[in-house]
Amino acid sequence: MNKNISCDGPELLRFITAGSVDDGKSTLIGRLLHDSKSIFEDQLNAITRTSHKRGMGGIDLSLLTDGLQAEREQGITIDVAYRYFATPKRKFIIADTPGHEQYTRNMVTGASTANLVIILIDARKGVLTQSKRHTYLAHLMGISHIIVAINKMDLVDYSRAVFEKIQQDFSIFADELGLKNVTYIPMSALNGDMIVERGKKLSWYKNLTLINLLENVSIDQDINLLDFRFPIQLVCRPQTEETHDFRGYMGRIESGYICVGDEVTVLPSGLSSRIKEIVTYDGLLNRANASQSVTLTIEDHLDISRGDMLVRVGKIPRINKEFEATLCWLSEQALDLKRKYLVKHTTKIVKAVVSQTSYRIDVNTLNHEPVDTLRMNDIGRVTFKVQQPLICDDYQYNQATGSFIVIDELSNNTVAAGMIFS
Amino acid sequence: MLTKQYSMQKMSHLDTLESEAIHILREVAAECINPALLFSGGKDSIILLRLAEKAFRPGRFPFPLLHIDTGHNFPEVIEFRDRRAKQLNEHLIVRSMEDSILKGRVVLRSEYQSRNAFQSITLLDAIAEFRFDACIGGARRDEEKARAKERIFSFRDEFGQWDPKNQRPELWNIYNTRVHSGENIRVFPISNWTELDVWEYISREQLEVPHIYFAHKRAVIRRDNTLLPVSYLVQPKGDEKSENVMVRFRTVGDMSCTCPVESIAKNVGEIIAETAITRITERGATRMDDQTSDASMELRKKEGYF
Repeated sequence: MNKNISCDGPELLRFITAGSVDDGKSTLIGRLLHDSKSIFEDQLNAITRTSHKRGMGGIDLSLLTDGLQAEREQGITIDVAYRYFATPKRKFIIADTPGHEQYTRNMVTGASTANLVIILIDARKGVLTQSKRHTYLAHLMGISHIIVAINKMDLVDYSRAVFEKIQQDFSIFADELGLKNVTYIPMSALNGDMIVERGKKLSWYKNLTLINLLENVSIDQDINLLDFRFPIQLVCRPQTEETHDFRGYMGRIESGYICVGDEVTVLPSGLSSRIKEIVTYDGLLNRANASQSVTLTIEDHLDISRGDMLVRVGKIPRINKEFEATLCWLSEQALDLKRKYLVKHTTKIVKAVVSQTSYRIDVNTLNHEPVDTLRMNDIGRVTFKVQQPLICDDYQYNQATGSFIVIDELSNNTVAAGMIFS
Repeated sequence: MLTKQYSMQKMSHLDTLESEAIHILREVAAECINPALLFSGGKDSIILLRLAEKAFRPGRFPFPLLHIDTGHNFPEVIEFRDRRAKQLNEHLIVRSMEDSILKGRVVLRSEYQSRNAFQSITLLDAIAEFRFDACIGGARRDEEKARAKERIFSFRDEFGQWDPKNQRPELWNIYNTRVHSGENIRVFPISNWTELDVWEYISREQLEVPHIYFAHKRAVIRRDNTLLPVSYLVQPKGDEKSENVMVRFRTVGDMSCTCPVESIAKNVGEIIAETAITRITERGATRMDDQTSDASMELRKKEGYF
């Protein structure tokens, strides 16, 4: 009767590439897709023809990530595109974001689901302000694995000294931010050195190639494995003959794990009960882990509905009607302190106002500037007041219960992304 | 910091994608007032049905199934569609383009022209008729360039239009499902699945699919590097000849524009092998001048349904 979830088959890794076209970002993505054999023949033929038409000797792999016709005509890129490739070890999803305009908004969106970020640096230019900006945003969004790809090594004669100088410069900045998992790789996306193949020119570099690193980086602990958090999505009461008394709580375990018999607390009511069954379509489980979608039944009849949360007794999140958050403003319409917004947090939507704006963060200098509003692409610290309490954790400890979106009640647009900090 | 006992069991990519899709379906059920699931009998929507079973059993689906029938669908697919809906004991609504044509909502230049492009008119009429505020579909981002940029919850205005330059930002897995009256949301729970993932999942879940997905002898015409299935809609022109070839369909849609590929894959395992073939034969060989096999070229060629 007890079926454990199968763990056969490769894991999924999501990553984002940060850099501009000039850093060779599109070439890098094209190279990953090409060298991992994820490009289809007809796509390759198409870009080969285009490359020849434009009078290029080789194939311009950056053309692979060119998007819609409108974009090509205007030479622009429309926000985030998702791309897929696989090796026998892992499946990968790349969030491909354009480099220039509206960068903050796009990168924050792409980074919100990423396990890892590749920061691209042009070996000729070294660590630029934008490299720091990208790194800060990745850090802000809680991405724990950072690869600094020092690209265009072919244009600096594959010089080890150049690579080491950039590594040194970057590590000063990384230390300031308190970053831990930073890996540096010299590469030439154009020639394919150190991406999938090692190439011949970088023999002094002894560590893993980019693809090996992507295949092997450990992502087991990217989710909080300790604190059980189960936001209720739906209550299942089929009321058929066979399932007359069935009352199941449907949702996804956002963090931690749960076993049959474990004592749980229902929030915000604070009442407790024990897990009776962990129901799935494939049978009952004894234990379920973070990221699994399941249906839970409990021993007692309690009044529980969507927006409530089951947590483990003793490991209680905060229940707040007022909280501080870092907001990334995404809308062309600036934040209006006089207006009510909607906040969607886990499975709950509540009315909210921003009662105070503390400061805006200059993503280039990391300086704090006092402000009275936030405009598109601004990142700032604000105080929220909400109509009903949110059951939340700090974003840095638990992304699922520490993140929220802000919705404009009139337009229904998503206008901001927020991260809760105490 | 973590003892072994607490460490999480690794999830395979299919488990991760499945759980993501279940979460999405439950969000639709919880927040949308009147959703529908688009079910055509094709492989992607077959997967949606299994995911809906996983999301909502032991309960019923909180939405009906909706099919927009072009009138040019493969008969075995229509038969499968009806049988599957019955098996699941779920409500299937069919709205047909024939009706839209009779009502003058769809005007075709010829009886035989492809009807794919006109499906949206019938779909929008059905959305208006039933006041659906959300339609769950089986489109995937790996299918096409435009789809690579579309959100999982994709907003459509009151004319049913998608504006790629004006999409709602979609962060974490917090979905904005809100619409005004008359607008709607298209929801794509398997956005992040690839064609290979789809076949691997069909294999793992032992899902039945219509027979035309498997290799079979079929009368076809070779035209512009593609194989056209001979039917009352498609007949040889000029010096074209009809010939019997072993083929399978990678997508199923309107008979006038859905082309099979040459294949000998008679079961799901063999389809997976064919779908993955580029990677298998070329693994280790990573140079640009590598040749992919002719078979894989044909296999890859006809992607791009929707």
